[in-house]
Amino acid sequence: MAEFLSLHDAVARHVEDGDTVAMEGFTHLIPFAAGHEIIRQGRRDLTLIRMTPDLIYDQLIGAGCAKSLIFSWGGNPGVGSLHRLRDAVEKGWPHKVEILEHSHAAMACAYEAGAAGLPLAVLRGYIGSDLPKVNDQIKFIECPFSGERLAAVPSIRPDVSVVHAQKADRKGNVLVEGIIGVQKEAVLAARRSIVTVEEIVDDLEATPNACVIPGWAIDAIAVAEKGAYPSYAHGYYPRHNRFYKEWDAIARDRDSFNVWLEENVYNAGGAS
Amino acid sequence: MSLEYTSAEMMTVTAARALENGTTCFVGIGLPSEAANLARLTHAPDVVLIYESGTLQTKPDVLPLSIGDGELCETALTTVSVPEMFRYWLQGGKVDVGFLGTAQIDRYCNLNTTLIGDYTAPKVRLPGGGGAPEIATNAGEVFITLKHSKRTFVDQVDFVTTLGFGRDGKGRDGVPNIGKGPTRVITDLCVMKPDPETRELVVVSLHPGVTAEQVQEATGWEIRFAEQLETTAEPSEKELEVLRELKARTERHHSGE
Repeated sequence: MAEFLSLHDAVARHVEDGDTVAMEGFTHLIPFAAGHEIIRQGRRDLTLIRMTPDLIYDQLIGAGCAKSLIFSWGGNPGVGSLHRLRDAVEKGWPHKVEILEHSHAAMACAYEAGAAGLPLAVLRGYIGSDLPKVNDQIKFIECPFSGERLAAVPSIRPDVSVVHAQKADRKGNVLVEGIIGVQKEAVLAARRSIVTVEEIVDDLEATPNACVIPGWAIDAIAVAEKGAYPSYAHGYYPRHNRFYKEWDAIARDRDSFNVWLEENVYNAGGAS
Repeated sequence: MSLEYTSAEMMTVTAARALENGTTCFVGIGLPSEAANLARLTHAPDVVLIYESGTLQTKPDVLPLSIGDGELCETALTTVSVPEMFRYWLQGGKVDVGFLGTAQIDRYCNLNTTLIGDYTAPKVRLPGGGGAPEIATNAGEVFITLKHSKRTFVDQVDFVTTLGFGRDGKGRDGVPNIGKGPTRVITDLCVMKPDPETRELVVVSLHPGVTAEQVQEATGWEIRFAEQLETTAEPSEKELEVLRELKARTERHHSGE
């Protein structure tokens, strides 16, 4: 049953050093507030999973939280590189981060398989790609019925998944709207889950086929207003595209990144 | 009298014309997205645009900066989860054309968006595969658009992120349930198509004012030219007007917030 906690307490209770953590949200509803709380609490040696690491993992990697990264597209959307990720991979700053890369299709299938309680996902993928040569988690199997050669990847089963959503009701049921990405799959695939929301409401007013995650399938709910900023929350606030562009200059340089981190994360309090 | 236009506009208009009305197109961000939306706003009003963020049959008024902009969802017929998008709609065979960009391409249309240099010690780390590896094999066919230069058109890609026709041109031979692969490459200089036998890229059309020498100069291998080399049709006044309005709208939209 979902427990209502402050963001500080939710992270303190559910995210441990060395955990495998998935913080999802496909461009939309990226749980930045929770990411910053993880940085503030100084978590280390995390295995970070995200289809698109985006600015949130650039920040966690630059802050030294990550031991490794599992991903499928590591850029600043529409802008260019993730400079903190590149600095870690190319130059080992602040320390070396191991990477394991997939395609989007494989990661989406791996989350779905994790939610379905299966050990692996099967897809018609990676044909002719060099990715299987550099990622030993990509294998090929023969279909027992047709004989077709298909790709197989292990399912994703994070220790903890963190997602952001528009709202929860007072029983902790969560409504996710707009681009829903793999959020539901990430929550259901994980051992523990934290959902941050824009607000708590009396009635979700969900239509019959809406994407609702029941409160009894979630461990912690924390209110984090504008918790997806600078990404966006459909129906609440738009994506701050200018910040995504500005990030390029901030993250390009280690010193300017550290200054930004100090001002906007370490000294930005966060509800305790 | 011919109109004034840039080589970038020539590329986008030519790429847009490649999309037929009624086609279902899985769209990559950047140049492909610009071309696909220009097609929708000109000769192909019924083209079905799909983005990997789950937005199905979307009609954005401004070009998205990211693959998951709210604009794509708000103007879509419906938005599905990302697993559904890749499993049912792409892998399930509902996509006619995958429209991709790339950082590097070779003579057999293999695409590299992973890195420059050696995998364990990259000179430049690029974003990676994203949706491309499966778009390129599960879509009916693939269009590719990118700027033409020796940095992008290389003899051997440093990494095959996404299959064109393999290092030897035979990468799709005998593979069941696989799309036709790349059928045309559109740049700011010319249009290329794979040779039906060898799969090697052949220049079939030069954009107005572009010479074969210029194309060779911008290509990292000895590129072949078709015997019947054509001149690409110039952009029309309407196409240029719609493209410029679209880009101006997009610029205003993204510079606000």
